[in-house]
Amino acid sequence: MPNASPFERLPNRSRAQVTVFVEDEPVEVCAHDSAAAAVLAAGLLPSRTTPADASPRAPYCLMGVCFECLIEIDGAPNQQGCMIPVRDGMRIRRQCGARDMHGEGAHDHA
Amino acid sequence: MTTPDYDLIIIGAGPAGMAAAEEAHRQGLRCALLDEQEEAGGQIYRAIGRAPLADERILGQDYYHGRDLLEAFERSGVDYRPGTTVWGIEDDLSLDVSREGVSQRLRTRRLLVATGAQERPVPFPGWTLPGVMTGGAAQILLKSSAMAPPGPIVLAGSGPLLLLVAAQLARAGVRVEALLDTSPRGNWRRAARHLPGALKNPSLLAKGLGLLREIRRAGIPHLKGVDGLEAFSRDGERLTHLRYRQAGESRERECRTLLVHQGVVPNVQLTRALELAHDWDEAQQCWRPRLDAWGETSRPGVFVAGDSGGIAGAQAAEESGRLAVLGIAGQLGRVNTEARDRLAAPVRARLAPHLAIRPFLDVLYRPARRFLVPEDDTVVCRCEEVTAGELRRIADAGCRGPNQAKAFCRAGMGPCQGRLCGLTVSQVIADQCNEPVAAVGYYHIRPPIKPLSLGELASLSDPDTPTRN
Repeated sequence: MPNASPFERLPNRSRAQVTVFVEDEPVEVCAHDSAAAAVLAAGLLPSRTTPADASPRAPYCLMGVCFECLIEIDGAPNQQGCMIPVRDGMRIRRQCGARDMHGEGAHDHA
Repeated sequence: MTTPDYDLIIIGAGPAGMAAAEEAHRQGLRCALLDEQEEAGGQIYRAIGRAPLADERILGQDYYHGRDLLEAFERSGVDYRPGTTVWGIEDDLSLDVSREGVSQRLRTRRLLVATGAQERPVPFPGWTLPGVMTGGAAQILLKSSAMAPPGPIVLAGSGPLLLLVAAQLARAGVRVEALLDTSPRGNWRRAARHLPGALKNPSLLAKGLGLLREIRRAGIPHLKGVDGLEAFSRDGERLTHLRYRQAGESRERECRTLLVHQGVVPNVQLTRALELAHDWDEAQQCWRPRLDAWGETSRPGVFVAGDSGGIAGAQAAEESGRLAVLGIAGQLGRVNTEARDRLAAPVRARLAPHLAIRPFLDVLYRPARRFLVPEDDTVVCRCEEVTAGELRRIADAGCRGPNQAKAFCRAGMGPCQGRLCGLTVSQVIADQCNEPVAAVGYYHIRPPIKPLSLGELASLSDPDTPTRN
């Protein structure tokens, strides 16, 4: 469930909107946003927990360097959110701990 | 031996790559430009083709200069492949690339790496908390999504980009609570002797002073000599508070978004994977590939242009991209030596002032030691959660460099493949062993250069997959 203060959209020229689902909540975003930007627009912070210590993380660099924006997209874990553009109907989920090697998405450490 | 598909493949569609592609077209080279992003512009001109912010004053005219560059690049008609990840490079300059989950191999006679810069890692206690982001990340959100972070917002660190982000947020009407300047107080005095060089670039100096004035007029408290920065969370999930020392006093304040920055450094992932010779740049506190006057590396046929060859800024990147292509055109017999040098002369003249101001900026904005060699309890490798103290312990136990550190403590073995911790790991081990950073070295970067799925790897050998378009 998105729960932190969302990032604010400034006056812009973007016309095309799409709907993505962040933890099953519909969120209207711009068609050119990255999945990581959609996560921030939805206020999904933290957006993952680490495999090592289950510590909370969120998008950090947004330029493909840090891999902190790893999320589950349409059931596929370990997706680099800042490098993937949104699509209408995309389903984004928090990734908790290590990815599940059996392809069932991320599993919870807690 | 298969015939190469291209005379030149350029990697990266920032200022260096776009200018290089335009020049390659002018020199009649068969050229492809591969870029990991879906839109050309690199980070500095991110989303310049759409530029979604309605108010163009927010980002300022330097950003919109990217439009001219983009238009010239688009007119060049080179084979532009956006959204393409390079994950492997063979000795014969075959590139393994992936787009939308499908891999293919491309062959080229010359390679130009123009992968730009990344922000220097900014390790300090609490930097992994959600709510802490880089100044560059905030700028990317402004440029590509017209989005601003939630307040209270504090900026902390050192360097021109931090000032620019503060000014841009203020122009957008976003409240910035404070700008915490962590540059050591002695930097100004040490930088003063480099002022004659800086005066060769009066327009850049004037821009810097203009930003400082703008920040003052916007009423953003600009606190100098800040030390002991810590971010922490009262709810266990997100940044809620900051603590720091200023003017001898410990201060605490509420904060939801902390934007940090300590300058930019060359993105060496590809040049390291190519096993090119790199030197430790003491002034810029980073690695840079060893280049000749045309940007050719220690490996014949492989060139580097722009900030991935050493930080000099976006305008310099354009010029170094053009120079590299002139060097390549000379090697491939498209221009003779005289014509090459004649064409290069004005490019070098435009490049000179950008190089002349660097020693001044490098000293003025040199990060405080604490961000280069952090304290024991600070996480250095964010992926595997390895602290500086752990690195010091393994150094004392006989670990002599970053590659051994992987076996000792898994630093650098997470998903970012050492991109974010590499510099700090080398510096901490060197400091603890009392060795020069150059002697300690850097991670060996192994393919795949970016993580890829088994499907992407397998598609390379699928006979149904065309090896070229």
